[in-house]
Amino acid sequence: MSIQVNNLSFSYGDNHVLKDVSFTANDGELMAVLGPNGVGKSTLFRCMLGLLREYKGETLINGESTRDMSARELARRVAYIPQSHYPAFNYSVFDMVLMGTMAQVSSISSPGKRQLDLADKALARLKISHLRNRGYTQISGGERQLTLIARALVQEAKVLIMDEPTSNLDYGNQLRVMAEIKSLAEEGYTIIESTHSPDQAFMYANRILAILDGQVLALGSPRETINQELIRKLYGVDVEIHSFKNDSIRIFVPDL
Amino acid sequence: MGMKKRKKLPYGTVVLILFILLVGAVILSFMLGRYPVPPRELLGILLSKVFTVEPFWNDTMELVLFNIRLPRILLACLVGCCLSAAGTAYQGVLQNPMAAPDILGASSGAAFGAALAILFNRNSWTVIISAFVFSLMTVALVIFIGERSRGKKVLGLILSGIMISSLFSAATSFVKLVADPSNQLPAITYWLMGSLAGTKRGELLFAVFPMAGGLIPLLLLRWRINVLTLGDDEARTMGVNAAALRTIVIICATLVTAASVSVSGMIGWVGLVIPHFARRMVGNNYKHLMPASMILGAIFLLLVDNVSRNLLAMEIPIGILTAFIGAPFFIYLITREGERY
Repeated sequence: MSIQVNNLSFSYGDNHVLKDVSFTANDGELMAVLGPNGVGKSTLFRCMLGLLREYKGETLINGESTRDMSARELARRVAYIPQSHYPAFNYSVFDMVLMGTMAQVSSISSPGKRQLDLADKALARLKISHLRNRGYTQISGGERQLTLIARALVQEAKVLIMDEPTSNLDYGNQLRVMAEIKSLAEEGYTIIESTHSPDQAFMYANRILAILDGQVLALGSPRETINQELIRKLYGVDVEIHSFKNDSIRIFVPDL
Repeated sequence: MGMKKRKKLPYGTVVLILFILLVGAVILSFMLGRYPVPPRELLGILLSKVFTVEPFWNDTMELVLFNIRLPRILLACLVGCCLSAAGTAYQGVLQNPMAAPDILGASSGAAFGAALAILFNRNSWTVIISAFVFSLMTVALVIFIGERSRGKKVLGLILSGIMISSLFSAATSFVKLVADPSNQLPAITYWLMGSLAGTKRGELLFAVFPMAGGLIPLLLLRWRINVLTLGDDEARTMGVNAAALRTIVIICATLVTAASVSVSGMIGWVGLVIPHFARRMVGNNYKHLMPASMILGAIFLLLVDNVSRNLLAMEIPIGILTAFIGAPFFIYLITREGERY
């Protein structure tokens, strides 16, 4: 499934948060959205997810406008993966994943065998079946993030939108979670994730969307977009770029 | 702490045990009282309603059983069930484990309605209806204000609930101040303490319809309530219209609270303690939590009502007892190890 954003603009009163943002993400693409804090990344996601509706422009999924879709219809096409959080009540990992099937089940019934199977498959797919009956608030941040990804998979949407999936994770969990995300893209999911780490974006993403002051600053492959100039413009820092392993990894060394 | 890990019972077994306990509590409540009914007579009277049994009991016994004890048992079960269901529902939709049936002002509104009706020397029916109507209007006002609050809707609701509740409590205090201290003031005070004494069939019939009207949707929607505990945005991206679902659940929870409070007065703690007790037994998943909470609430209030009827020569208002039992029990629950999810 492709997701296309056309001339999207959004403002809170006189504050123009997003100005004419346009891009397309296709099947199997992992798009990293880069930009400093408060630049409109979250607002962009909220518009795409239908959480904000008073925007100009449009979001199309396989050519269909999301504006006329109900919450249920949109949920079957686009899933959102928040940062790992602590809910008010402790659910088992399995119950948390099962909630992803809300859009498939009628309002007055509970999930059936098909949904239960989906949840078990998603746990197995992310290699966290052993956490099935643990409490969601009692597992590690990386495991919580994987649980939320599993929840998005049972939603059966093919577009996944992730808000800084690795921001609160330790180094090992960052790599493990990113490896899972990359393999989902290789399976054909369309993934859009925001990140604060340009080297991580370079390593995993196959498209980069850089946003500055609510506008698209750069859009393209990691190799052609991620350079010293982009880092200076986005974050106001001078860096040296060192390349390793045939330029599959780029490390940014700040100029101190 | 070296505590033995207790084996968790499956949900089906827990519900079965609770159901058996409920039946046991009902049988016990039939027998206990100022006019004791022995087991043999109880069985005979009950069977005589289905089969022809030669009466070996006196008529008073049958009268006590059906006209006095039965309505009271049913009402105790229903009120316990409703208050627990409402507390469970409010906790979920307000994402707040400390929520109880009075959090959006249902109780303080009912108290004001009842006090006002007593002040104007109205009969007991008017007191009930006035309490019911004021309870619903108070929550409607809280929702109206909460929806207009800036920022997070759930927080807006809780804050406006606190504000409107304290406003109505002040109004109730004022009614008490101007009430006639020889008869009206004791009547108001007694009503506020909560009691199931003197339950009549009429009261039961009045309460049962709004109760059913609230309990049935709460049961049907119970699995969806889970997603509201995660917040509106997440719920919406999973395909649930959070604002609409929350409003429906709040209306149902308020309906059963208003119906309960209007016929029984203020019975505190049940709606906070029982949901947490149920959470410890079957976990936080509303699919299991809601039914368990409802049955447990019925058992609890029925047993406490037996204490209220039988402990002393005079009847102890049940609201006092639920507070006496509820508070220490809650402390036990929150300090106990081994949370289940």
